[in-house]
Amino acid sequence: MTSMTATTSSSVRRQQWREFWFYFSASKTAVVGLAFLLGVVLMAIFADIISPHLPAEQYREFAELPPAWMEGGQMRFFLGTDYAGRDMLSRIIHGARLSLIAGCIVVVIAMSIGVLLGLVAGYRGGWIETIIMRVMDTIMAVPGLLMALVLVAMLGPGLVNAMVAISITYMPSFVRLTRASTMSEMNRDYVTASKVAGAGPIRLMFISILPNCMAPLIVQGTLSFSTAILDTAALGFLGMGAQAPMPEWGTLIAENRDLMLSAPWTVTFPGIAILLAVLAINLMGDGLRDALDPKLKRS
Amino acid sequence: MTQQALIEARDLHKYYNVKTGFFQADKSLQALSGASFDLYPGQTLAVVGESGCGKSTLARLLTLIEQPTAGRLSLDGIDLANANNKEVAKQLRQTVQMVFQDPFGSLNPRQKVGDILQEPLIINTKLNASQRREQVLTMMARVGLSDEHFHRYPHMFSGGQRQRIAIARALILKPKIVVLDEPVSALDVSIQAQVLNLLIELQQELGLAYVFISHDLSVVRHIADQVLVMYLGKPVEQGPIEAVFSNPQHPYTQALLSATPQANTQRKRQRIKLTGELPSPLDPPSGCTFHPRCQHATAQCKITTPVMQASVKNADVQVACILANS
Amino acid sequence: MALLEITNLTVEFATAHGALKAVDQVSLSLNAGEIVAIVGESGSGKSVAMLALMGLLPWTATVTADQMSFDGKDLLTMSDKQRRKIIGKDISMIFQEPMTSLNPCFTVGYQISEVLAQHFGGSRRSHKAKVIELLIKVGIPAAEMRLKAYPHQLSGGMSQRVMIAMMIACEPKLLIADEPTTALDVTIQAQILELLVQLQQDNGMALVLITHDMAVVAETADRVMVQYAGQQVEHRPVAELFNNPRHPYTKALLGALPEYAQGKTLNAIPGVVPGQLDRPVGCLFNPRCEHVQELCRQQVPTRSEGILCHFPLALKAPQKADQIIAKEAS
Repeated sequence: MTSMTATTSSSVRRQQWREFWFYFSASKTAVVGLAFLLGVVLMAIFADIISPHLPAEQYREFAELPPAWMEGGQMRFFLGTDYAGRDMLSRIIHGARLSLIAGCIVVVIAMSIGVLLGLVAGYRGGWIETIIMRVMDTIMAVPGLLMALVLVAMLGPGLVNAMVAISITYMPSFVRLTRASTMSEMNRDYVTASKVAGAGPIRLMFISILPNCMAPLIVQGTLSFSTAILDTAALGFLGMGAQAPMPEWGTLIAENRDLMLSAPWTVTFPGIAILLAVLAINLMGDGLRDALDPKLKRS
Repeated sequence: MTQQALIEARDLHKYYNVKTGFFQADKSLQALSGASFDLYPGQTLAVVGESGCGKSTLARLLTLIEQPTAGRLSLDGIDLANANNKEVAKQLRQTVQMVFQDPFGSLNPRQKVGDILQEPLIINTKLNASQRREQVLTMMARVGLSDEHFHRYPHMFSGGQRQRIAIARALILKPKIVVLDEPVSALDVSIQAQVLNLLIELQQELGLAYVFISHDLSVVRHIADQVLVMYLGKPVEQGPIEAVFSNPQHPYTQALLSATPQANTQRKRQRIKLTGELPSPLDPPSGCTFHPRCQHATAQCKITTPVMQASVKNADVQVACILANS
Repeated sequence: MALLEITNLTVEFATAHGALKAVDQVSLSLNAGEIVAIVGESGSGKSVAMLALMGLLPWTATVTADQMSFDGKDLLTMSDKQRRKIIGKDISMIFQEPMTSLNPCFTVGYQISEVLAQHFGGSRRSHKAKVIELLIKVGIPAAEMRLKAYPHQLSGGMSQRVMIAMMIACEPKLLIADEPTTALDVTIQAQILELLVQLQQDNGMALVLITHDMAVVAETADRVMVQYAGQQVEHRPVAELFNNPRHPYTKALLGALPEYAQGKTLNAIPGVVPGQLDRPVGCLFNPRCEHVQELCRQQVPTRSEGILCHFPLALKAPQKADQIIAKEAS
């Protein structure tokens, strides 16, 4: 609450980031999560450069090779090979791209439509709100994965359809969050002040109210990202998501299902990749919530 | 005064329908029952009262956030009954603006000060970006802020500075009437003095009319010309400030003045103790709404609702009390 | 032996911009039956000092003091468990916003009986009679019916009374009231203050009243402690402080009240309370002081005659009638 020395627009921003980082980094696990996630992102971006082999290249004579540290393994295929002789490490690295993109797209679709619906429902009220909320209630009543399966069955299997299906199942949480925030923000003095100045509903919704609802939405978005990766993998495992030979992590497990006992590394490592990515995002999401939550009294 | 009154309010009422239960009829919440006053340029009308007295409702009616259920209101000569067309509504909006109570809640925390102050201009005028910026910087200087504050967010300011921003926002459209809802109640004493001085200066310079809502009687005594005392939605006493405060005639006004502590260690006052709690506005007492808590209440007070009339002691003051007017 | 003895209490918060000294070397000595007011504006640290006493500060706070003892027990070295035995029983605190200080999920009766059960043992039901007695004591009508009321069903004044009932349930030796009436209407404020003073007299309780309202202080307190930017600048008996303020800040604060305005202009104090990042060199009040001298801008003042100032204002001869206080409400 003190008058700070920042004078220009950019120095104000820098100060805000510094303050945000102070509270975010108070949670060590959150920083670890963020670091790991950044590593995964870099891995996905530079997949072509860092992966030792092409993900689709088959080395028939080296099929089902164990990882380098086990008997019979080679350094050339560090995490072993799958049933067709393709290098596991390269496939996992390329798979990161698919998982991250799937997660992003799902969150972007679910959040943009969900937030819009929530804003309108909260601001307008009346029958519009009733319709929107009851539709969302219906979507929530069906277990997420089941609904995604039904949608994919209708639209046909494939990564894109899987992403659309999962987005729909995530929308209700964004709608609810936004509507709740909108309803509480609407009664604030600054919204009334904008009304007195003559602001119309569009300006009130998007400029006055929405930016103040962002904190819980960002946290929910982060957590949805991790769940999206899980659900994409689940659909891939069931053969309804990314289709082989795409190296999506869930699909990797699916195509090597028969080797679960004889060549366990082919299913374990993709599973570990999913585990670590989701864990990292969740830890980071926790730290985000602590940093963004204004109710935590700090001084 | 031969000028026209900026605000002419006649018998303003505002009722809300409140649902009381599934099978019961709606009850009527009488938030405001019959306020009448005139306000001229350069004058300040103080509206005084405790929670539930209707002062916030009056503020909402004057700033056009809500329409009165009954009564007549005209602002700067334009009768609100004709305000249905957009042009008139727009003009009225530029005539009256508002400063809110809570300096921490009345500014959008996600908007920079420059954007907050430009918003009314963007909505109501056709100025381009550099013209808007110039007007905003001029107004900021006028209220005692510096150019570098343009890019900052509200949480970077103290309470007093935020109130200055709120005042700047209210004045940027050059209104003639400003409704101030407890503008200094949340501020420290030393900052309160600064902001009050600023408000008085601006009033003298721009000829503004203020409707000053407050519960702090010492502040009211300092800044107001006229005062309107309200209780449970009804005006109970009204008149020039000195007349009402030195010689309060309504028992509620007397109790209010008596309950206000003063920074004076010597004075041992006989405090008029108001017993009981404020009755529910959904179920107001019969007759005079103040009678359950009034020391001087008689049987007649339970039956007859008193009307605002010129007091017998002083023709400038109006009182709504059977005993005071007898 | 004093009931409460605090010497040189300092509280620092760790923030994104470095350490914030919210309370700087504050001392307070209190005997049973006394009413002391702590007056200050925002940033003065008045609430923080008492929260430090109660152990209610967040993890970012560091509390240090030469001495902080209550009834002979050292609060600094006490374990949390021992502290919990004292807080709520011998030392109690009521807060500013009565509507949010009560737990909205439980009835009034539950909350008050919980305090009694916690400190005196027994089930909550066994304390029912005492709870009703307390509610009557604080002036709540139809006490037996109110036991089942939830906080949202009560008005501000009622909620504050319930809060007071809860806090005096164990007959504390010290009650700290942090802006207890700021959120209330003025007629209710008068009732609550009267109740506090009466309870204090009946039980011989010591009362610490934290407020920013000088008028409330004038009418209620025995002694006043004035705080500015975390520092204790003046500590005097009430009548002496109002007649003869010796620290320039106290004088300016009294002068800024609307009662003492000359004409239409109030005697505002220029400038703002220093924040974390713009603390002046030397005396913290020097940028705003009308009696400032060169020494004030360079050196931090030490306490002389109890006043934290290089040049405390002169001590006047005792007066019979107030001369500084101008307007009598006629």
